[in-house]
Amino acid sequence: MTRALENPSRRRVLAAAGSLTMVFAIGPAWPQDETPLNKGKLPGSLEKEPWLDAWIRIDADNRITVFTGKAELGQGIKTALLQVAAEELLVAPARITLVTADTARTPNEGYTAGSHSMQDSGTALRHAAAQVRQILGELAAKRFGIGAPAVTVRDGVFTAPDGRRASYGELLAGQQLHLRCNPAIPVRAPEGHTVAGKPIQRVDIPAKVTGGPAYVQDLRLPNMVHGRVVRPPSPGARLLEVDTAAIVRLPGVLKVVRDGSFLAVIADGEYRAVKAAAALSRAARWDLQYTLPAVPPFTSAAVVLGLPAKPYPILERGTPGAAGRTLEATYSKPFQLHASIGPSCALAQLVNGLYTVWTHSQGVYPLRDALAELLGADKASIRCIHTEGSGCYGHNAADDVAADAALLARTFPGRPVRVQWMREDEHGWEPYGPAMLTSARATLDASGKIVDWQYDVWSPPHNTRPGKAGNLLAATHLEKPFKPDTPTPSPQPEGSGDRNAIPYYVLPNARVVHQFQERAPLRTSALRSLGAYCNVFSIESFMDELAHAANVDPVAFRLRNLADPRAVDVVRNAARKFGWDQYRKTPRRGRGFAFARYKNLAAFCAIALEVEVARETGMVRITRAVAAVDCGEIVNPDGVRNQIEGGIIQSASWTLLERVRFDERQILTRDWAQYPILRFNQVPERLEVHLIDRPGQPFLGTGEASQGPTAAAIANAVADACGLRLRDLPLDRARLRIGR
Amino acid sequence: MTTYHLRVNGRDHAVDTDPDTPLLYVLRNDLGLNGAKFGCGLGQCGACTVTLAGESVMSCLVPVSVVGNRPVGTVEGLGTTRAPGVLQQAFIAEQAAQCGYCIAGMMMRAQSLLAQNPKPSDAEIRKHMMPNLCRCGTHMRILRAVRRAADALPARGTKT
Repeated sequence: MTRALENPSRRRVLAAAGSLTMVFAIGPAWPQDETPLNKGKLPGSLEKEPWLDAWIRIDADNRITVFTGKAELGQGIKTALLQVAAEELLVAPARITLVTADTARTPNEGYTAGSHSMQDSGTALRHAAAQVRQILGELAAKRFGIGAPAVTVRDGVFTAPDGRRASYGELLAGQQLHLRCNPAIPVRAPEGHTVAGKPIQRVDIPAKVTGGPAYVQDLRLPNMVHGRVVRPPSPGARLLEVDTAAIVRLPGVLKVVRDGSFLAVIADGEYRAVKAAAALSRAARWDLQYTLPAVPPFTSAAVVLGLPAKPYPILERGTPGAAGRTLEATYSKPFQLHASIGPSCALAQLVNGLYTVWTHSQGVYPLRDALAELLGADKASIRCIHTEGSGCYGHNAADDVAADAALLARTFPGRPVRVQWMREDEHGWEPYGPAMLTSARATLDASGKIVDWQYDVWSPPHNTRPGKAGNLLAATHLEKPFKPDTPTPSPQPEGSGDRNAIPYYVLPNARVVHQFQERAPLRTSALRSLGAYCNVFSIESFMDELAHAANVDPVAFRLRNLADPRAVDVVRNAARKFGWDQYRKTPRRGRGFAFARYKNLAAFCAIALEVEVARETGMVRITRAVAAVDCGEIVNPDGVRNQIEGGIIQSASWTLLERVRFDERQILTRDWAQYPILRFNQVPERLEVHLIDRPGQPFLGTGEASQGPTAAAIANAVADACGLRLRDLPLDRARLRIGR
Repeated sequence: MTTYHLRVNGRDHAVDTDPDTPLLYVLRNDLGLNGAKFGCGLGQCGACTVTLAGESVMSCLVPVSVVGNRPVGTVEGLGTTRAPGVLQQAFIAEQAAQCGYCIAGMMMRAQSLLAQNPKPSDAEIRKHMMPNLCRCGTHMRILRAVRRAADALPARGTKT
């Protein structure tokens, strides 16, 4: 199963030598590397990786391989990227083998995060494939001795009018196109698309519904052993002593590993490892630490307020202090979990000084760098291969478990070590989506116009991803621990805690400040949409409060303050499809609306929904939700729908139910009973997603677009249903029940 | 170690394992079946759902020693990518997966419903699927897929 490590730069040098021969052989049919391509930015990830053969390789036997540095996280990216490449290469998607994130084989596209994959990788592949097709067409014309327009192409084979044929593989004859991409070469016009823009079925689903090996959890390598790590009972706890004598005698136990407070066991069978880890946990004595703040129920945001903050003003426009009627409100969200259904898993193997790590990390290259530091190994000696895991929704424990597996592989060379976290590990130790607090203040003039806007958002870090060893959980528990990296806020316009803190509305006078908090008492990192979830919840709740104060319909109020016609379109579309103007309120029920453009630069999303609130139980049920989305040119409409639908349901779960609870010593929410998520009885009765396609427009990231609007639409609907304006998440039953 | 004789998806297997090993680990590691997934080990999420004598059970909670001669069904027994069964066809047609980690468990939960009640109402489907968790929010598609499979089945057929 181990393969020789292939060094991408070496591979390209070799490929370059091959293509150099081709340049001489074929001459002017090839565009020259020296053409001034870098006048502007290259599109998408071509900026980082401009070489065509890093993205597309065609072998003499007509095998077409497409490479992406992005990873399938369950969002359907493999299918969408195949569609883009197939459309430009004019072959069926099934003809293409897609290789995803692998430090030995694919471009380094950083993380698969932030709804960037289509913008980065999709755009790069589209341009690279268009150029490959054009070069092939010119080669075919040259071979046939005719003009390019006379050549026809079908499924990877060119045909001359006289019937002569030449396949892509024959034309390249084993050479690869080591040329810098020229983005000026036109891509196919959307009107002629036959693959892109169509609701093609996902390529990964058949295996997933038939028990095919689809996940890293399903990898079973020869001679594989199983590791389990015993985590401390509380953050900051130190391992004082552990009697391992009885543990090493348990059936199947191969090794007990201790390095400082990092404690693990390796066994010949998975359940034997699970049992041995439980026994090891009982045999360990820890110095418990009281590191967590005491937090009364419903006020986890108080934790955030108590932390030192550094203000970063991110918007200062006009003059503050205009006269009128002023409203103020504060909103909050608690610490929340990624809560993947499958606990994180990785395999690692050390053979002859070379590590291979199979991981569902969102960033194989940054993980490789962190592992190199952790293991004291050369980067070139570590290969990280992305292998799909359970959905992650951001920075979950994928990287941490890869570090666990690599550390155990180091102590047990030769054999692949598989580590899967247990449920209590995942709930207890994944990096949480941080608690946040926001404060909004706005002034309305006599006509109901917003003449002043002040907004502050307090937030611990949303990005503590690896790159540095100290960001891997196990590294902080070693005898010689690595320190976590000092987090910094990501700059606008994307931002982190301040993502979407600047409203998309036209505000002549506005000040927005990101109060960045470097440290939180709990480890925090990126959870789907980062700060956008809380900021959009806050802003869009506040917009409803302002509309109410101005005595204007909430949809009309938003439209008054929107200038971008695409924003106006999604708002009108969602309102129309929901039947906003015809809505008749009934007892216990109410409607809510919200809008945001994700990151103020990605997909537009407006949501209208109705809830039913049972005050006697505090239960909120979504009867109907309608979303309208504009994500630029759509590559796979069903994929976009799936992402938006999923985002709405996941955000409804965060919004109605979810909160990490802890006492001064430990995390209390360690399983699904303590940390419930939405079940089938609470998902909407009906859920519609309406897409506004924009052929020819850039791809706009979609995967996180519905997180924020859903939360605000629910809060607004709850307020409409029962008159209770709730500003602290989650809107849970205890808060809504009468006489609680 | 003890030898256990299991009937899984209509085939007989002999497995040497510790008596307390949950059926889930036997299916995955000894029989090489990927369908049932480890999710929580606590019977709270349903990722490991299989059928045992036609009833859906959480295989993470069933020690191999108590299975006896009751037949075990996993998603592998419903069909293959080349010849998918009715439920599998329905899940593919509805594109009822995102990450898909929960899906095999969902399908086995649905399988036990359709085996006993081939024409369930929408409310019955929702109620029956309650024990299983999905984090991607694919619920609407899962419900549609179960509905589609039920509609495709003969009124009194149990074979899916």
